[in-house]
Amino acid sequence: MTLSFLIPAIILLIGAAAANVLRNLVHCVLALTLTFAGFALLYLGLGAEFLGLVQLLVYVGAIAILIVFTVLLTGGGVQGERHVLSPRWFQGFVLSVLVFLLLGYGITKSSFTTHAATSVDSYPVSLIGDRLMTNYSLPLEILGVLLTAATIGGVVLAIREPRQQTKESE
Amino acid sequence: MNSVQYADQIFVLLKQWLVSLFPAPLQTAVGILITVVTIICVFPALFAVTTILERKGLGRIQNRYGPNRVGPFGIFQPIADGVKALTKEDLVPANADKIVHFLAPVMLVIIVFLAYAVLPMGRNMAAVNMDCGLLFFFAIGSATEVAVFMAGWSSRNKYALLGAMRAIAQMISYEIPLMLSAVAAIMIAGTLNLQQIVEQQAGYSGILPHWYVFTPWGLAAFLLFIISATAESNRSPFDLPEGESEIIAGYYIEYSGFKFALFFLGEYLGMFSISAIAITLFLGGWSAPFSFLAWIPSYLCFFGKLVAMICCFIWVRGTLPRLRQDQLMNFAWKFMLPMSLFVIASAVCWRYAESWQRWALSLVVVAVPYLWLGHGMMNNRKLEQRVYRYAE
Repeated sequence: MTLSFLIPAIILLIGAAAANVLRNLVHCVLALTLTFAGFALLYLGLGAEFLGLVQLLVYVGAIAILIVFTVLLTGGGVQGERHVLSPRWFQGFVLSVLVFLLLGYGITKSSFTTHAATSVDSYPVSLIGDRLMTNYSLPLEILGVLLTAATIGGVVLAIREPRQQTKESE
Repeated sequence: MNSVQYADQIFVLLKQWLVSLFPAPLQTAVGILITVVTIICVFPALFAVTTILERKGLGRIQNRYGPNRVGPFGIFQPIADGVKALTKEDLVPANADKIVHFLAPVMLVIIVFLAYAVLPMGRNMAAVNMDCGLLFFFAIGSATEVAVFMAGWSSRNKYALLGAMRAIAQMISYEIPLMLSAVAAIMIAGTLNLQQIVEQQAGYSGILPHWYVFTPWGLAAFLLFIISATAESNRSPFDLPEGESEIIAGYYIEYSGFKFALFFLGEYLGMFSISAIAITLFLGGWSAPFSFLAWIPSYLCFFGKLVAMICCFIWVRGTLPRLRQDQLMNFAWKFMLPMSLFVIASAVCWRYAESWQRWALSLVVVAVPYLWLGHGMMNNRKLEQRVYRYAE
């Protein structure tokens, strides 16, 4: 355990614990943002420069803000006091333990763990770019189409239809 | 090394000499410390110079003197401002979320300073020579939105929250054209490393340098980048989050004393760093503007360009009126975003076409959408002399 692993790990755990325990929802979101940043640090410490920075860009820059907007628009930031444990905490606990066991089983059985010893410095950003444009161009394109469809879906959901509304109101 | 190279590398050599005074185990830490302290000293000093320059410049544009009481021609005004900010009472609203209210300005300034780690300020003069430096800059920059939200939310003030929401909406909208216009430069340079991007623009044809801004796609991308940068740093004409007339001062309305000064500092430092990225991507970084000026030390070229950019920002602030919220969003999504996609297409033409055809092709791919989108933005309105109903 090196220092470059311990510091992000501690930040991550504190953030995750705070996100669960704090009463105010906006505080929880900020603690969750800290967790995201901790993940980015962890990736950077493991030598995955590109992944770490993209984690920071996407999660801290976009997803955290998205959650903040959601919390504020649904009025979650106003009602401050609530119980730490919900009445159905046991079901949630069982479910999360099952998910943890499933993930752990998958990771230990996967082929990634056997290749973990390869040096991390052998993956520069240019190589990732090369692979995305050659070997993995089809998944990239499919993802692009998926995201475009999601964007168009969002616009369709958000767009106002003034003509129909005026007819109904009449 | 001859004298020109010595002048160019004097700060690098100075740092090496200072580091060599310390015992070997400490040298890495001391090297980092020297770089960090230098950055923390130089850029706030530039901030102080900019405040007086801005107040004087805006004063001249508005046909008045500007500050002229403190020292000769008012040049010691920043010191007076600093003393005032430090000695002012630090007020925290009774209902405010004390911890988040305190952390917001601190976090903003830390994030803004982190971005300086990758800026190449001269030949061999970047704190960290990172493989994906540009990505680091954008990743760090995107975290400022969280700090802005913290400031706006923790103040428990509806104007502060409105200002924060405006700022975040604006930053998210303009981040997209900002990054897409940078993508054009990345595609041509073929690297995310900022120093290599500068090196790609080295060399001269005749006396003119090979900067990206002197190509059709580069000029368009540079203009898009600068407009988005103005919006990102919440400067006029995109200073709606501040909106004095309707939401008083936006997300930092409940901050006083030095916390307010930290927001002010963060805003200006953000403007400097994003200008430095624009210089690096499109204006050749630390290279000299003409081949016969190549003897000028690289850091002087860089800071000269930076001051020139700041002056342009001040000029724009003094000249253009503030946008309305719907105009702001329409401009971002209906003009800037499609235009930046066309700029990328234009960069592709530049990359794969030959000799004069690349000029023609990339010019057409930029100019035709510009006219088309511009026509769409005009919305069939005609530009004519403004008629004042009540003022005349």
